Amino acid sequence: MGTMPVGLGHYLAVGAILLVLGVFGIFLNRKNVIVILMSVELILLAVNLNLVAFSAALGDLVGQVFAMFVLTVAAAEAAIGLAIVVVYFRNRGSIEVEDVTLMKG
Amino acid sequence: MLPLVAVFAPLLGAAVAGLFGRIIGDRASQVITILCMIVAAISGVSAAILLGVGAGSPGVIPITSWITAGSLSVSWALHYDTLSAVMVAMVTTVSMLIHVYSVGYMAHERRSARFFSYLSLFSFAMLMLVTANNLLQLFFGWEGVGLMSYLLIGYWYSRPSACAAAIKAFIVNRVADLFFSVGIALVFFQFGSLTFADIFAAVPQHVADHYTLFGTSFPVLEVIGVLLFIGAMGKSAQLFLHTWLPDAMEGPTPVSALIHAATMVTAGVFLMARMSPLMEYAPGALGMVTFIGGSTALFAATIGCVQNDIKRVIAYSTCSQLGYMFLAAGVSAFPISIFHLITHAFFKSLLFLGAGSVIHAMSDEQDMRRMGGLWRKIPITYGVMWVGCLALSGIPPFAGYYSKDAILESAATAPSGLAHYGYVCGVLAAFLTAFYSFRLLFMTFHGRSRVEPHVLEHVHESPPVMTVPLILLAIGAACTGFALRGTFIGHDWQGFWGSSIFTLPGTNPIARMETLSAVLVPLPLVVGLLGIATAYVFYLARPEVPVWLAERFRPVYLFLLNKWYFDELYDALFVRPTMWLAGFLWKVGDRTVIDGVPNGIAVLATDSSAEAVKLQSGSVAQYAFAMVIGVVVLVAIFLLVG
Amino acid sequence: MIATIGFYVFAVILLISAVMVVSARNPVHSVLFLIVAFFNAAALFLIAGAEFLAMILVIVYVGAVAVLFMFVVMMLDVNIAEVREGLQRYAPVGGVVGLILLAELALVLGGWHFHPQAATLRLSPTPAGISNTAALGNILYTRYILLFQAAGLILLVAMIGAIVLTLRDRRAVRRQSIARQVARQKAETLAMVEVRLGAGMAETGILVPLPEGEPEEEPAHAASHGATHGGHGEDAALPHAAEGH
Repeated sequence: MGTMPVGLGHYLAVGAILLVLGVFGIFLNRKNVIVILMSVELILLAVNLNLVAFSAALGDLVGQVFAMFVLTVAAAEAAIGLAIVVVYFRNRGSIEVEDVTLMKG
Repeated sequence: MLPLVAVFAPLLGAAVAGLFGRIIGDRASQVITILCMIVAAISGVSAAILLGVGAGSPGVIPITSWITAGSLSVSWALHYDTLSAVMVAMVTTVSMLIHVYSVGYMAHERRSARFFSYLSLFSFAMLMLVTANNLLQLFFGWEGVGLMSYLLIGYWYSRPSACAAAIKAFIVNRVADLFFSVGIALVFFQFGSLTFADIFAAVPQHVADHYTLFGTSFPVLEVIGVLLFIGAMGKSAQLFLHTWLPDAMEGPTPVSALIHAATMVTAGVFLMARMSPLMEYAPGALGMVTFIGGSTALFAATIGCVQNDIKRVIAYSTCSQLGYMFLAAGVSAFPISIFHLITHAFFKSLLFLGAGSVIHAMSDEQDMRRMGGLWRKIPITYGVMWVGCLALSGIPPFAGYYSKDAILESAATAPSGLAHYGYVCGVLAAFLTAFYSFRLLFMTFHGRSRVEPHVLEHVHESPPVMTVPLILLAIGAACTGFALRGTFIGHDWQGFWGSSIFTLPGTNPIARMETLSAVLVPLPLVVGLLGIATAYVFYLARPEVPVWLAERFRPVYLFLLNKWYFDELYDALFVRPTMWLAGFLWKVGDRTVIDGVPNGIAVLATDSSAEAVKLQSGSVAQYAFAMVIGVVVLVAIFLLVG
Repeated sequence: MIATIGFYVFAVILLISAVMVVSARNPVHSVLFLIVAFFNAAALFLIAGAEFLAMILVIVYVGAVAVLFMFVVMMLDVNIAEVREGLQRYAPVGGVVGLILLAELALVLGGWHFHPQAATLRLSPTPAGISNTAALGNILYTRYILLFQAAGLILLVAMIGAIVLTLRDRRAVRRQSIARQVARQKAETLAMVEVRLGAGMAETGILVPLPEGEPEEEPAHAASHGATHGGHGEDAALPHAAEGH
């Protein structure tokens, strides 16, 4: 078992709160879609924190490897998401959350 | 062979006239149908004579099988015995004469091929009825005559009153046929077969069978007998199911003569005679027959006394005379019943056709209050009407005397109290019968002329094509009484009728007529003469008397004039509730409930989809929110359950 | 001890900046707060002993992703948002959902414990004696090489996707083709024409062929433009090209 200066529970608590904040950021924001993407980044950050905490607690490097891949995917997803936002803005002229309703049923 | 020709020749005539009438024209249709009817009449009469003299023998002529379903096996076959032969002879003869008469009566119709086709088709149905080998075939004929009656009453279908009358006739008959059908079904359940031979053979073994219903047990044969009789009540316009007959006068007069005097309405009487092997074992049912018959005889006679339409008087007379026939059937005097049926066929159709001749002469005027003093203008009609009225009133030597007196004598000598009640009703009705028939005669032909001037100048005697059948029928009305009396109700009546009519071993309705006390024997004749005398007083000598009577006893007069308010009673009891129920079922049951289900489902689908569509707001944030809620719910499920 | 204090400090700043990311009115401020959050998360990683990952976080997340966010926020016409009432509408429901989520997390945490055999089940135990970076390098390029390459593929796909989505082929933009310019011949650009005094353009019969690949040109304009701007060679005239696109 690896030694940690701070207990595992603390890390997990921080991760949990960060996750919830990111989740709320998605649908409580009334500004623009970019905030949604940033909230997703926060969620992924919380996941990374969780993985690293466990890796440290268990003394297992797999957690960190996995966290690196999560990082990779987060970066790719941020890129694509922003590209979509840019194209959308070019076509519609606005990225206000309330204006992004093309999929209205 | 001859019976086959007699039964199916009218069908041929009807088919040709009905299907090709438009192509071959009216005259050709008339000729063809009359020819076919003549062939049928000749075959029918000769077959009857052959049977009567013993040259032929009763039997069954099979045609083809009809239904074979499990244990129910019904076939088309002609059952030919004395009863059928007599009926066939009468039906074909009268029908033929009426076909000929109709040529003249319907002469100023634009197209009459349909009429003749209907008449022949009706004759075919009636012949099927009387030659049926089994109850289902009889029912086929039964329904067939009902259908043709509907079509013929409503022949002038552009008249709303005719259409209403046709529907009324059909519906009242339908009510009766419901009971009849239940009776047929019970016969099948009880006896396992619908063929007459099988039924009659098995009847004595089922005398002790009972049905238990609502805690009371009824003998099977009584139940069947009552049900069959109720069917007969409808078809023969007996009390309570009589309301259609007066309205049926909307049809052309030949129709009234053929259907509502001679043939269709007598089908009920025929049924009773045909089912005599069964009815004899159901004394309760026979008692009901007696009661209804006697009551109807009196009831209809009372109404006929105050009617002003010439055809209505004769219609109620028919109703009353049918009551007599049922009265005879009820006291087991089936031969007398059939005898009266035959004589009645002649003089009643004579009366109707004569009335038709009067109407034809009067340019379609039917109200007797606008007639009078016509005897010089239409002497032949006048003469035959005298014959008819005398026969109807039971004056010898005319036909009605023999048959009506026989009925009353057998009723008087029957051992049951109901029979005596019937006898009293019959005697009273005989008085009234003579009264109203001579009232008709005097009002129409005698007295001061109350005819409108422009009608009066057109009054003319009918052409020979109409008067010849009248004369022939008059001969029949005069002669059939004493001519057929010996064979039908003579001493060897059992030999003549053979197995076609059955009476219980201890009963001999003919022989017991001898036991009537000498005082009562001439009573019907006496009251008949009294009736004629009264009519003479009321309508020739002192015409003001009936007017005074009507004023004095106005409620009674109105009661009789309005047919004892039966129509109003039935309207309130049955028609209105049915219409209300129909309206309710339509508006609430059909429109709201049944239509509401698919409509409601459609509305539900549309509304729920409209609500569900609100979920798709297009807002990404809301979608994300929904996803989060989904995740939370899933996690909760996994935590709690998994 | 120091680590504990550091942990609490960094954790608090992290959470506060996360809240500010979501609720800042100016989107540029949101991105800046995101950067602060990333930095503090990296610090937390350091405290946990994953120094390689912490540095990677800074380099990739802050240096690439957050900068990308900043680019986009700057590029798009994003207004400073007014406070909208819409937020209030979802607050109660959102609050309930959040509470449930928190409760679930607490349940999980509360009922969770290490598997007794966890110690023996480690996939890649941390080796002692070498640095975190070296240890990661040992396993990343050997045992997880496939995943590593796959991650590279993901990035490739993302790059291609982003380019495909946003690349606009602006035909209206005039581009220089140096090679073509250098390889120009005199015969392509210059022509001596004898013009009669007083003659118009139609008489001279000068016709400049259209350059390939520009189908929106109107033929009527081509002749006149070609004659007046003959010095420009094959390139279409600027005003004409502008209206043609």
